Amino acid sequence: MNRSMLDLWVGFFVAIAIGAMLFLALKVSSFSGIEMQDAYTVQARFDNIGGLKIKAPVRSAGVLVGRVTDIHFDNDTYEALVEIRIDGRYTFPKDTSAAINTAGLLGDQYIGLQYGVDERALSAGDTIKKTQSAVVLEQLISQFLFNKAAEGQDKE
Amino acid sequence: MTRLLDFFRFLGAQVVERIWRLGYFTRFAVAVLFKSGAALVRFQLTLREIWFAGVLSLIIILVSGLFVGLVLGLQGYEILQRFGSAEALGTMVALSLLRELGPVVAGLLFASRAGSAITAEIGLMKATEQLKAMDMMAVDPVARVVAPRFWGGVISMPLLAALFSSMGIFGGWLIGVVFIGVDDGAFWSSMQASVDFRHDIWNGIFKSIVFGVAVSLIAVFEGYDSEPTAEGVSRAITRTVVTSALTILALDFVLTSFMFRGIS
Repeated sequence: MNRSMLDLWVGFFVAIAIGAMLFLALKVSSFSGIEMQDAYTVQARFDNIGGLKIKAPVRSAGVLVGRVTDIHFDNDTYEALVEIRIDGRYTFPKDTSAAINTAGLLGDQYIGLQYGVDERALSAGDTIKKTQSAVVLEQLISQFLFNKAAEGQDKE
Repeated sequence: MTRLLDFFRFLGAQVVERIWRLGYFTRFAVAVLFKSGAALVRFQLTLREIWFAGVLSLIIILVSGLFVGLVLGLQGYEILQRFGSAEALGTMVALSLLRELGPVVAGLLFASRAGSAITAEIGLMKATEQLKAMDMMAVDPVARVVAPRFWGGVISMPLLAALFSSMGIFGGWLIGVVFIGVDDGAFWSSMQASVDFRHDIWNGIFKSIVFGVAVSLIAVFEGYDSEPTAEGVSRAITRTVVTSALTILALDFVLTSFMFRGIS
């Protein structure tokens, strides 16, 4: 094996391996971190966030517009404080409302943003005032059962 | 009474021997790192070892990757279609390959294909006293023989693991989309939606780098430490493969429990 052949083969090997890594990076993963440009962070308070996790998607009209970056408990108001990073390409009115929705019946939870009517736009550091907590399936079922039981008693 | 003493003597000798060997291994590893200057400056030496460890392992890595992907595609489809979610096939194939199978199986193949060859080469050089001859000529065998082989292995391993994963995903796509008829768009988009660059791909590459260091180090150490006889070399090769395989699997468990704890 002379030197130029060896260089050629090693070069070939490294090139296809780098090609494979590019394939993995570009075609297989979504590169979610790099897409967001000039992103700004807003906060939202929820009574109950259910199973929301950090890095959960934030969607408006079903389109991905940002991600949840931090979740912590506010000990003064006893609410969950959720930080949302929104892609700088999108602007929302100041009175936009946020709701925690579930993808499908048992899917992951995400934050849905609903447009408001305010003319001023939401900017970095703002807090979303109108929020709707996660729907907890067990609570819904127990409420339904208790209501049914109460109706039954009224009739007697 | 003497029997009991003999037992304790045996136990003590075993423990001391193991600890001594571990210390020797560590000092050897440090020596290889400190003497890698020549291997990295005269890169032609390392290039030759990349050719031996990397290019010559290409065929087995590519073919195994393809077949692992094909099997994952078949079995994954069989299970997923029971729950009516055959579109998640892309996610399943990609995540299991990138997180676990890619680095681990590529590492095992690398240990048995390249690691054993490195041990055999160094062991035979030792048995035929080539290492001693180098020493006589004031050429440090650790710098001239061991370090380039170590770095060749370390550089080749992540590249081979990436190729293995890509090939596996291609195999899963071949079975899922081309032969069975899962929707092409859903296959890729569900994969892209759930594979994260940092958490999945980068952690997989990091794992393969760790395995590359471990396997290369074990291979060169066993070769350098082998008894200079035909039997000793063959035993060293066996030890390389067995120790590398166990090390890869144990390290994989440790790394996985650190990397993927707390992620959904």
